[in-house]
Amino acid sequence: MKNSVILGALTVAGFMAGAAQAATLDDVKARGSLKCGSNSGLTGFAAPNANGEWEGFDVAVCRAVAAAVLGDPQAVEFVPTTPKTRFTALASGEVDILSRNTTWTLTRDVDLKFTFVGVNYYDGQGFIVPKALGVSSAKELDGATVCIQTGTTTELNLADFFRVNNISYEPVPIETNAEAQQQYLAGACDTYTTDASGLAATRASFEAPGDHVILPEIISKEPLGPLVRHGDDEWADIVRWTLNALIAAEEFGITSTNIAELSNGTDNPEINRILGTEGTMGEMLGLDAEWAKRAIMAEGNYGEIFEKNIGESTPIGLARGLNAQYKDGGLQYAPPFR
Amino acid sequence: MATMTDPEGGTFRPSMLLYDSRYRSATIQIVALIGFLLLIGWLVNNTVQNLADLGKSVGFGFLGERAGYDINQRLLEYSSNDSHLRASLLGLLNTLLVAVAGCALATIVGVVVGVLRLSSNWLVARIMTVYVEMFRNVPVLLWIVLSMAILIETLPPPSAYRGDEPAANMIVGESIALTNRGIYVPEPLFGRMDEDGGFVSWRHGLGDVSLFGDASLRFDVSLDLIAILATLVAGLLVSGLIRKRADRIQNATGLRPRTWYWRWGVVLIPLVLLLWVLGFYLGKPALQGFNFQGGTHLRNSFIALWLALSFYTAAFIAEIVRGGILAISHGQTEAAAALGLRQRRIMSLVVLPQALRVIIPPLISQYLNLTKNSSLAIAVGYMDLTGTLMGITLNQSGRELETVLLTMLIYLLISLSISGAMNIYNNSVKLKER
Amino acid sequence: MAGLSYVRVEMLPEREPPVSEVGLIGWLKSNLFSGWFNTILTLISLYFIYALVSSILPWLWSPTWAAQSLNECREIVSDLGKEHGGACYGVIRERWQQLLFGFYPDELRWRPILTLILLFVALAPVLFTEAFPAKMLWFTGAFLFLAPWLMWGGVIWTPLLVAAGLVIGFYAFKFSAGAIGNLAAIILAIALPILWWMFAIGPISQGLASIIPFGIEVVESRLFGGFMLSVWIGVVAIAISLFLGVVLALGRQSELMIVKYLSVGFIEFIRGVPLITLLFVASTLLNIFMPPGTNFDIILRVMIMATLFASAYIAEVIRGGLAALPRGQYEAADALGLDYWKSQRLIILPQALKISIPGIVSTFIGLFKDTTLVSIIGLLDPIGLTGSIRADANWNGIIWELYGFIAILFFISCFSMSRYSMWLERKLRKGHQ
Repeated sequence: MKNSVILGALTVAGFMAGAAQAATLDDVKARGSLKCGSNSGLTGFAAPNANGEWEGFDVAVCRAVAAAVLGDPQAVEFVPTTPKTRFTALASGEVDILSRNTTWTLTRDVDLKFTFVGVNYYDGQGFIVPKALGVSSAKELDGATVCIQTGTTTELNLADFFRVNNISYEPVPIETNAEAQQQYLAGACDTYTTDASGLAATRASFEAPGDHVILPEIISKEPLGPLVRHGDDEWADIVRWTLNALIAAEEFGITSTNIAELSNGTDNPEINRILGTEGTMGEMLGLDAEWAKRAIMAEGNYGEIFEKNIGESTPIGLARGLNAQYKDGGLQYAPPFR
Repeated sequence: MATMTDPEGGTFRPSMLLYDSRYRSATIQIVALIGFLLLIGWLVNNTVQNLADLGKSVGFGFLGERAGYDINQRLLEYSSNDSHLRASLLGLLNTLLVAVAGCALATIVGVVVGVLRLSSNWLVARIMTVYVEMFRNVPVLLWIVLSMAILIETLPPPSAYRGDEPAANMIVGESIALTNRGIYVPEPLFGRMDEDGGFVSWRHGLGDVSLFGDASLRFDVSLDLIAILATLVAGLLVSGLIRKRADRIQNATGLRPRTWYWRWGVVLIPLVLLLWVLGFYLGKPALQGFNFQGGTHLRNSFIALWLALSFYTAAFIAEIVRGGILAISHGQTEAAAALGLRQRRIMSLVVLPQALRVIIPPLISQYLNLTKNSSLAIAVGYMDLTGTLMGITLNQSGRELETVLLTMLIYLLISLSISGAMNIYNNSVKLKER
Repeated sequence: MAGLSYVRVEMLPEREPPVSEVGLIGWLKSNLFSGWFNTILTLISLYFIYALVSSILPWLWSPTWAAQSLNECREIVSDLGKEHGGACYGVIRERWQQLLFGFYPDELRWRPILTLILLFVALAPVLFTEAFPAKMLWFTGAFLFLAPWLMWGGVIWTPLLVAAGLVIGFYAFKFSAGAIGNLAAIILAIALPILWWMFAIGPISQGLASIIPFGIEVVESRLFGGFMLSVWIGVVAIAISLFLGVVLALGRQSELMIVKYLSVGFIEFIRGVPLITLLFVASTLLNIFMPPGTNFDIILRVMIMATLFASAYIAEVIRGGLAALPRGQYEAADALGLDYWKSQRLIILPQALKISIPGIVSTFIGLFKDTTLVSIIGLLDPIGLTGSIRADANWNGIIWELYGFIAILFFISCFSMSRYSMWLERKLRKGHQ
């Protein structure tokens, strides 16, 4: 690695042929670390702490994949990306996986040629307003100044929403969530719109969260999930089933505390298959038998990750809502491990 | 090289390409050219191959597709149904607007600070030094972000103007509102007042003429504005004629007729008349709903970018101005005084013309820097060219190659035209040595 | 009447100047209150300073060093009963190391610090030519290879072998110049090291490392961040662009038309576009331009673009230096019978580079400030880190403290550099008189 760094700096750029893109798994194994495109800072989803360790809900997905593939949840290189640079980073092979609250859309899937491996957070675009404004519905926002984060699907949804409802607005495009929050609190915009999870996270950090309401309208569907490049289905499968393993683990009650006990073998064949005590799932994926066990042990199952980073016990305090297990009325539904 | 005749007449050996000074420079150049072309070919080849691997094609068709996003500061009419091309055009106009406004303010501030740095007042000179050093030694991006933060945090929100006893009041005769969403100033409007105070049917004066139909480059031209400009130019021309006549009379008789009232009159009276005919009035902003309505809205992002760029560049201009004034030797001033010129004329006839020759070339390269720095608009959400074409359009269409290269090309054209103007100026003021 | 005189004959004793002309009062009068205009200016300035200080000082004075979160700060400040709030220094205490070093491992931070100290040592003979012996220039040369090794780590062999490439080039030139002529020898001297770097270094350094594994821990560039990243990008870009800049400047001055236009085209292109577009090229396009399968990490790509950017500006600075040399120097070199390269190497460039140093320092200051732009493409330089820090739930909503801290860091470094540059300029001007 280090040779390539220095040589790269010194020699004519470009002669350092890496391995072909087709076999991401081999690349990752050879490198010994997973390159994960992350948000450069979104409360609860991805941010470095004071020690420079990355933490958050999206980060946990990468750690689980690293644990499954490499056996070490810390073997992740996080590459902070902006909304503008994220797709190029993935397309050019700079990162192996992009886990950065990215909405699954047709054009991104088909035109930009990425494979969305699943949804780790079902979101939707909402509005937050100060209670003092006396607004109870987004349709009353005629003529309002709206802060939006640029470079996302948000601004397109917003333009469509106001156009469809035939009301006017004044968009204030903003680069980062932190600045949007600053403008909103100072009253430079009447309302701030982004994914409802982001709104909740933002509201949680206000001095007086009670003075602000999130309006009932959710104006878009925002299925956020990790994505990989087209053309390497084996790698996509690994990421997809790692995510599924996290979700299934919650469904079957596998937690980071009882996993050691459960992996001695249980009566439930599905749990056994997930934990690799039965069947050859890991080998089919090109991994070993305990891949899912390690993935779950990394940061816990889906529910544990949720609670730890953005759940109701955290300052962000998101309810499970759509992201509850299908048994509990949510949309999180892992296909069977069979 | 006439002495280096080739003894063997027509025979040519390949080694002569290197050792014969007649061919040598051509050889080097051709090698350099081939190397350059190979490099370009290599890059293009890589690009084509990479894009093929990614399954992407290159093309500018996306510029014609629906943009789908809104732009807040629109110098032309625009909606989210317009094309990416039109969005980019609006971005370009916003870039040019902030660049021109920035250059103007930077020049004014820079000249004032530059002169005050030479002031005999110790305190003022020190303050100006502190200003210059502070702005020059902190990155402009930080200044842009900071000035945005200052505007947002210190000015009142529009809601502060609401109620019976509002926390904030409009200034200058209730016509200007300073808010943390920007500054609302009165806008010039045309339309004639009826007897009852209502508007008659042609409230927009002469109206607008739309050019280019529905094309992406379409724009409206205000006939009112053209009429006003035409009147102004005509007035100035006539005023110039009057001045020439006065010069002639002065040359012939030695007495200069008093013409100032004529010269002002021919400019102002037709203008006032025209404005009256067109029904000119100022539309004041008024709080309505969430925001101020009416008037011209100078947005926060524009003001923050404008002020930060101007004050940052002004710090450099101040140094240039100071250097220019100091560069004029004291002997020049003394010689002019010895000729009997008064202080003001010394400045305008002797010092300034010479100082300008020193000042203007670096000044224009500062203008160039300011224009390029305006691309940092992205940091405060000002929708300039980088915010539209290289921002949202790039992100929505996924066409990195086309958008980034197109943006670079446009900036290059702007820069080249500025430096072209500089070269023309330099040639025109060059010391003609005989 | 001999003693009578209408003219005073003895000297009067010297009298003290009036009180209003000397001391504090005299100084005040002549510098602050001479005439009504100056008096008004002074009063306005005094009021301005008062307003500024009185609004900022109370905010600055705020005992929040120990606070763990913004809310804790708010409590401390409101307990003090402050009206306009106060600064929250807790964030600086918690994050200052991150703002300075990014994610560079704690236990290895001596390496960037050592590199910085060595940088000053390496620069000393260049910047203060009188005070330090010219032999120290050898260390400056060695530093070029030492610094990347210290920063990125790895086995010692790689930088040594990279340096060996230059030696190979030098000897290739020396021994082949007689046999195949100057120009061919130069081409050989350029081609051989490149081949050496491309194909030989990897296997040889691995081989050597397996025999004598002497090295330090590898630190990947993605861990670079904060102020260190800004400095490092700036230093690398300027160091490499000095070489490129000399080539471009000579190309621009060259009489060979194609070479000249290629140089002019490159310089004008780079100077005509904003740096941010070049950074977008680094972040989105550079990988597309490279052969399929190549992958540089983003910081290297940014360094490449920053180098190209700086080299165009350095080229212009050096061109200024070349143009400022008296014509006689060129003619004298020609008269001595030196060929182009010898006259450039022995006569022209040493002098031209020396008078270009202030311009090079200014270019470095400009580039150093401009490195903050990398935050826009998502790198975690100080400004980029403010976003990440504010994404931490504890510090969500903090503004001035972070920006102020960064501004002060930049101010201190840029101000001292610009003072040096001005001092040198004055010295050079005196030297020429």
